[in-house]
Amino acid sequence: MAEPEASSAAANGGGRLRNAFGGVLSAFTLLLIGVLAFSIRLFSVIKYESVIHEFDPYFNFRVTQFLSKNGIYEFWNWFDDRTWYPLGRVIGGTVYPGLTLTAGTIWWLLNSLNIPLSVETVCVFTAPIFSAYASWATYLLTKEAKGTGAGLMAAAILAMVPSYISRSVAGSYDNEAVAIFALIFTFYLYVKTLNTGSLFYATLNALSYFYMVCSWGGYTFIINLIPMHVLLCIVTGRYSSRLYIAYAPLVILGTLLAALVPVVGFNAVMTSEHFASFLVFIILHVVALVYYIKGLLTPRLFKVAMTLVISVGLAVCFAVVAVLVALVASSPTKGWSGRSLSLLDPTYASKYIPIIASVSEHQPPTWPSYFMDINVLAFLIPAGIISCFLPLSDASSFMVLYLVTAVYFSGVMVRLMLVLAPAACILSGIALSEVFGVLTRSLKFQLSKLFDDSSSAVPASGDSSSESSTNSTKSENRNEKSETAPKEKPSKKNRKKEKEMAESVPVKPNKKEKRLLVLPFELSVMGILLLIVLGGFYVVHCVWAAAEAYSAPSIVLTSRSRDGLHVFDDFREAYAWLSHNTDVDDKVASWWDYGYQTTAMANRTVIVDNNTWNNTHIATVGTAMSSPEKAAWEIFNSLDVKYVLVVFGGLVGYPSDDINKFLWMVRIGGGVFPHIKEPDYLRDGQYRVDAQATPTMLNCLMYKLCYYRFVETDGKGFDRVRGYEIGKKHFKLTHFEEVFTTHHWMVRIYKLKPQKNRVRGKLKKLKSGAKSSSTLAAGRKNPWQ
Amino acid sequence: MPPSFQTLATATVLLLLFTASAVSCASLPPEDGIRIVSAEKRIDLTGPIVKVYLTLKVENVAAASDAYQVLLAFTPTEVQHLAIVKATRAEGKRKKKTYVPLAVEASDLATSAPNGANLYSVLLDAPLKPGETITLEVLYVLTHSLEPFPAEISQSESQLVYYRDSAVLLSPYHVLEQVTYIKMPSNRIESFTRVDPTSRAGTEVKYGTYSNQAPNSYLPILVHYENNRPFAVVEELVRKVEISHWGNVQITEHYKLRHGGARHKGVFSRLEYQSRPSISGASSFKNLLARLPPRVHSVYYRDEIGNISTSHLRIGSHKSELEIEPRYPLFGGWHCTFTIGYGLPLQDFLFESDDGRRFINLTFGCPLLDTVVDDLTIKVVLPEGSKNPQPIVPFATEKHLETSYSYLDVVGRTTVVLKKNNVVGEHNVPFQVHYEFNPIFMLAEPMMLISAVLLFFVACIAYLHMDLSIGKSS
Repeated sequence: MAEPEASSAAANGGGRLRNAFGGVLSAFTLLLIGVLAFSIRLFSVIKYESVIHEFDPYFNFRVTQFLSKNGIYEFWNWFDDRTWYPLGRVIGGTVYPGLTLTAGTIWWLLNSLNIPLSVETVCVFTAPIFSAYASWATYLLTKEAKGTGAGLMAAAILAMVPSYISRSVAGSYDNEAVAIFALIFTFYLYVKTLNTGSLFYATLNALSYFYMVCSWGGYTFIINLIPMHVLLCIVTGRYSSRLYIAYAPLVILGTLLAALVPVVGFNAVMTSEHFASFLVFIILHVVALVYYIKGLLTPRLFKVAMTLVISVGLAVCFAVVAVLVALVASSPTKGWSGRSLSLLDPTYASKYIPIIASVSEHQPPTWPSYFMDINVLAFLIPAGIISCFLPLSDASSFMVLYLVTAVYFSGVMVRLMLVLAPAACILSGIALSEVFGVLTRSLKFQLSKLFDDSSSAVPASGDSSSESSTNSTKSENRNEKSETAPKEKPSKKNRKKEKEMAESVPVKPNKKEKRLLVLPFELSVMGILLLIVLGGFYVVHCVWAAAEAYSAPSIVLTSRSRDGLHVFDDFREAYAWLSHNTDVDDKVASWWDYGYQTTAMANRTVIVDNNTWNNTHIATVGTAMSSPEKAAWEIFNSLDVKYVLVVFGGLVGYPSDDINKFLWMVRIGGGVFPHIKEPDYLRDGQYRVDAQATPTMLNCLMYKLCYYRFVETDGKGFDRVRGYEIGKKHFKLTHFEEVFTTHHWMVRIYKLKPQKNRVRGKLKKLKSGAKSSSTLAAGRKNPWQ
Repeated sequence: MPPSFQTLATATVLLLLFTASAVSCASLPPEDGIRIVSAEKRIDLTGPIVKVYLTLKVENVAAASDAYQVLLAFTPTEVQHLAIVKATRAEGKRKKKTYVPLAVEASDLATSAPNGANLYSVLLDAPLKPGETITLEVLYVLTHSLEPFPAEISQSESQLVYYRDSAVLLSPYHVLEQVTYIKMPSNRIESFTRVDPTSRAGTEVKYGTYSNQAPNSYLPILVHYENNRPFAVVEELVRKVEISHWGNVQITEHYKLRHGGARHKGVFSRLEYQSRPSISGASSFKNLLARLPPRVHSVYYRDEIGNISTSHLRIGSHKSELEIEPRYPLFGGWHCTFTIGYGLPLQDFLFESDDGRRFINLTFGCPLLDTVVDDLTIKVVLPEGSKNPQPIVPFATEKHLETSYSYLDVVGRTTVVLKKNNVVGEHNVPFQVHYEFNPIFMLAEPMMLISAVLLFFVACIAYLHMDLSIGKSS
């Protein structure tokens, strides 16, 4: 338990100068790691430009702009009428304000120093700055568990882990960018409190938790993981007053603070996500009481009291649990939000909520994505787990628990790979530092045996590797001594895991080293070389991932051909056109993916956006897109829509266009309006838009808007994304007119034609139309019949 | 297409009015006893901007008095759209012709002219003695004087415009002989008013020769013709020039551009625009050319949502050319905004005058070719600590001073703001801003940073050496 402190204390004693040198060296290394973390994320700016990426960051950027222009009070009260027309959205009460406030504060600070950076620039660079902070926080956290060497290693690994880079490249101005820092820092403060028992750190921990709650909905991970760890400590007999100080203030202060954030509010005490913490809070107090009484009474009296209390306590517990269960069961979703439910039951979303399932980042990850995102760390983690058990301290058990839960969550949702990344980095850092420790120590031992037989206790040179090796020698020796006691402690479950881990290849020699402590010279040289190769491989992969895979801003696409770089800037072309050439109050309908971008870049009112809070509204747009032209016109007209925007990749081969997303529109629309049936759009269960496609498909609005006059480009209508000729080639639009198409046809904007004067001769036709639309819009009155 | 009934009616009314006024004014003595022996008016309608070249042969017929100025008359509508008037005195014959520029200023005699016509006086460099003649070359530029008709066109139509002027020269003097040429960009001329003798040859319409016109006579004419040249109008241009004595002049230009021609109506089909570029969207434009100074560096072209990737820069020894494409082709009535920024080496622009003051020599106007700037603001941000700024511009502008703050400024930078409406390419002439600057101010900000870092380290040392804990820890 107290080994790390003891070892560091021992190190403190061993020479002031060397200590100072080591301190400066590690501070300098940390600084470099920060620079590394920052600069590896600048590929997007260098290769593309300093611009906000993708979808959600545009919303955050817009909120930050509002904040910097109107101030904090206006921000809390902001009712946004530019989105979810005609409903609007209360931004102040539905947004996690951490990121926005952070960037807003940075901007304000810079501008009060007369440094005229734009809000956009600040937003673009917020994520890289915070990833530097995150790597420092990782250093602190790992240092608490396994000492400085492991800390530096983990920080360096985290600085360039692809999983985190994917969410924090310059321009990726998303909640996760700051939330990961907050997450790690909260864990650090928790572990620090656990190690020191200081109320100061406990208070800081609550504040850091508050920042995390402000930043990201993922805070529930903290408020469930920490109770789990507390419970684990209690169960394994590691209860101490330090544990109490680490946990009790966090629950009370943290919950109070969390309730201050408007988006959380009373959810902090009312939803099931938070119940675990309260339950553990009660258990902790019971255990504390038991320990207190145990100290007061003699063992015999204690036993008597124990049986009494347990019988009464169990009864009370059952009663409370029964009441809780009844309460929870009375609510339809069992008090859990859809996203959390899909975490526990991975099939939940796809079964019940298509809108959650339609987001690609909510899908379970594939195996290659693990390799892509954490690369060699996946192989180092088992070794890290093992070294966490040698010896098991509160801190190291926390690491293991964090890893195990994160692995589970990342398996459910690819987005949560991000939570796994810090855990993977910490454990790999621990593993690498331990292995390096063992190898360099044996190397030195062998060398000294070669040169002179007398074993020199004090290393001659102050170079970092030898220093860390001495440090770890000392701690190792200490560990050896105290190994016997904690070795008995791990529960059966942990042992089983240990056995499992022991089967993996790279661990075996490691375990051996522990026993022997000294390896043959050649083997250690080989080992070090192999580790360096492994590290090199990791670095190369990370740089590649940062430069190639994750730095594309996705609003501007590039392709390299023989005649140089070709830029597809169609999205911004369309948004700029909308922003300058339409009326400021016009409503633009598009699929919800483009909602945030339209409001932020084109400054036009949208019907639905990426904050998918109203499923019915999205389903209405989905229904309109999957209806025939006339019915769609009626739906859009009833929503005051003036322009319809579709994204079409068929001309240049841009695969994530609306035709490929169309099935989700059908599903989501059909979920609310049952006359839209998915099988109508599928031929033999296959989704296609070629000659084999169903007539419903070929007549729906989305098809028509995407392929209007497309056949005239090449005479055949060959769709480069789908790889075949389209089904219906020549058709006219009667209720919509094309008003703008971008250079590569990627965005097409149509205007709703105004209502026609009623013509007597067409009365018959209208009647038949009325019939179909009355079934369609489920009671929605057509205003002009 | 004949001119609409209404315009015809107005033209008639105008004609009547002016003939009436001509009669009434005939009694007034001709100014200074000047007579225009022959006048040639060449109207260039090929571009979006109307350029009128006048060649006047002026004679002083007064008995004794010298003439110091020659007056030019403009109608009130012309004055509204008048961007610049330039006059030169031609000397010598044919091949050996030299031109001496003359000053032109708005005359305060305006009240004496009939029907609100405004007078501009060309100040002669040497007085015109009685009996002498002189040849004046006058250029004036009119903006927003071509009215698109029809006012709305679809993508496949080409743009037709009206131009209104007078067949004879409007002048306060007696004109003995006069001829007007109107040059149009293409053969397609829908209609033009006939005031005999009138003839048309290809793209040119000739009015005249008219002889012995009374002062202030006016014969309205209307020309309706095809003009598909880009009608690029910069509604607002803010040019910010930041001078750093560390060696750089940074220029940032914010444009608000509009297609000022016939409004686009109905469908915009990219298909037709791409497959039939000659017919479809003939009046639209998709690129602009900006002429920048030589040795320009770090050029950027962006708008509020990021870089615009469609631009080409050619750097030459005499000038640099930046070809920019807006995000989308501009059709009639469409708007777009963008920003161009570039850096220039300081030594090309900043000079020290004899009295120890410094002056920066910059070009006025807008670097985009063939555009009208409705509203131009030039902000010259002088370095922090400079004093007594004094702009020298060759024509009238609105001037005032501001203070702006940039990187770590404490006292702020003095900023000279110049504003002018209706700016055309002829305004691209050098102007100067003189100011006093003490080079010690260059070191202010580096010193500030150094001391801040020093203070930080001192604070760190102090913190590490002090025991701040309340209780004694064991």
